Amino acid sequence: MRRQLCGMGVSDGTVVGTVAWFTASPAEPSPAPRPASTSASHEKARFQAAREHVRDRLQSLAATITGEARDILEATGLMATDPALATAVERRIDQGASAERATWDAGQDIAAQFEHLGGYLADRAPDVRDVRNRILGELAGTPAPGLPQPGHPFVLVALDLAPADTATLDPAVILAIVTEDGGAQSHTAILARSLGIPAVVGLESISEIADGQEVLVDGAGGTVVVNPAAADHRMALSWAEEQSRRVPYTGVATFRSGQPVTLLANVGGPQEAIAAARLGATGVGLFRTEFCFLGSTHESSVDQQRRLYRKVLEQFAGGRVTVRTLDAGADKPLAFLTGTDEANPALGVRGFRTSVHHEDVLRRQLDAIVAAGEGLDLELGVMAPMVATVAEARRFASLCREAGVTRTGIMIEIPSAALSAEPILHEVDFVSLGTNDLAQYTMAADRELAALNHLTDPWQPPLLRLVKLVAEAGARARADGRPGQVGVCGEAAADPALAVVLLGLGVTSLSMTARALAPVSAAVSSVALADAHRLANEVLAAEDASTARETVSRFLAPRSGQDDRPPDAPAQPH
Amino acid sequence: MPTTTARVASAAGLHARPASVFVSTASTFDAIITIALGDGPAVDAKSILQVMGLGAGQGATVRITATGADAEAALASLAEVVQSDLDA
Repeated sequence: MRRQLCGMGVSDGTVVGTVAWFTASPAEPSPAPRPASTSASHEKARFQAAREHVRDRLQSLAATITGEARDILEATGLMATDPALATAVERRIDQGASAERATWDAGQDIAAQFEHLGGYLADRAPDVRDVRNRILGELAGTPAPGLPQPGHPFVLVALDLAPADTATLDPAVILAIVTEDGGAQSHTAILARSLGIPAVVGLESISEIADGQEVLVDGAGGTVVVNPAAADHRMALSWAEEQSRRVPYTGVATFRSGQPVTLLANVGGPQEAIAAARLGATGVGLFRTEFCFLGSTHESSVDQQRRLYRKVLEQFAGGRVTVRTLDAGADKPLAFLTGTDEANPALGVRGFRTSVHHEDVLRRQLDAIVAAGEGLDLELGVMAPMVATVAEARRFASLCREAGVTRTGIMIEIPSAALSAEPILHEVDFVSLGTNDLAQYTMAADRELAALNHLTDPWQPPLLRLVKLVAEAGARARADGRPGQVGVCGEAAADPALAVVLLGLGVTSLSMTARALAPVSAAVSSVALADAHRLANEVLAAEDASTARETVSRFLAPRSGQDDRPPDAPAQPH
Repeated sequence: MPTTTARVASAAGLHARPASVFVSTASTFDAIITIALGDGPAVDAKSILQVMGLGAGQGATVRITATGADAEAALASLAEVVQSDLDA
């Protein structure tokens, strides 16, 4: 009989598969005192041997992997022989408990304390229970808990997965993950998303799922269906078809008429950079560095910054990466840079403006960026956010030159900068249009206010007229022998139809969330450059955003059908 | 009793890898070693569970105390671990 269970969907995707339960954790040992015939010293010796075995095994497992998972496994290995755990276990043995019961209770106490303390420690509680279970398995002489190996792809079902288990998950055999514990940011959720495995966590009625049963897992809706019906199978099938229809981005985009187009990715840190590279990105048009600092109470050292930036840069060897200096302020305050007492933070001391009083912070960041790029075959550029005047652009360019930056640019987010694009491009090598803020400042409409979404619509003709102005300034700079590159790194670039318009307006590169690369590339390849120019002119003449949008979708629709739908990418912070 | 103080340099604080390195280093000495956050209660420096439980974040000051033959050497090594950025 079909039964639907509800949890929390944390990684998209719909699949049907056979359940394999994670090797069950050891059962709770009897609370009865151990038989009088077994001595305390015998029980302690058994515990000693078991914990050392577990430590050795975790350490050798750690040696086979790298990165964060390895660090976690090493820490877990140390927990096995932790003196605090040993003291707690031995005290219980002295009071008459068996080695099994003493281990069970002591581990449970520590895990509960960690959960009570919250935050990072609460996230480590499963590791403590994992160590406890491994010691119990060792005491019982049963195999260590681990991943099932049924010999075919399966849906992994578990009460909880410790990092020691998830470190070795293979997306080729694991169709989906379902756990009882966990939240949206649990390590299981994060890992599932990064591996692209559909996942549902927090499924309280998980005990209703039996080993070997057929289930449907809907990682978007957060449901698990036991004994799926024909309609469920069709749902999974249509998801699989949708996936296979998605033409992946190959790293190259061209108009139908043959002209190449530069498409780049927006990233905010090493994990996103890795994901973007996997989605075909060969370069980055916007690396938002403030996302590496949010939540810090003080500035990271040059060396820490260098290491973090390098992890992003090294993903794009042979390509181009544009790093944006700290864009603190407004919706992204940083304790060490921005004040909290501004009446209008969006119009306040933010972005490049913070460098008036904190030039040293910017200088150190530029040093870190240059150091991060050393020895890499990379076209590295640096740009400043929130520049309003030619003088600011000149000052930034001179700071960059002093630090040894070879490609210098600024963001154009303020109408005054768009109107000054021509003289600004005498000072810097490139500009990048941040359409989200440019819309907000052009239309005097808060981009966070849902009620004003129609005004901050990136299809607003006045906004696109500013883009045109900047693109023309770039063309004149290039005709003059200067670099004069004009990019767009706002959300507008991720809309396939609008991307065509932006290129038609004369923009030289588009940078977007990596998931939009494939649909944007498909839209561009469906039109000729001359069509893009014509569409751009029609849009500039349109009275409002919806007319502009209709004009382009009417032209694109019959050519490429539904493949050109805007991606369901989340709104880009920008 | 030989005592020293040190500021935590790692961005993650005395958690994860930095905590593992600290505890592994402490365990190589015979001395009895404790660590406390500021003026808080002292815990066993050889226990990863207790060291993580301190919740010492980046920039926090910790007090390390050791007794035993190699106490001075232990303090020097451990202060260095705390003051190094181990997040690499």
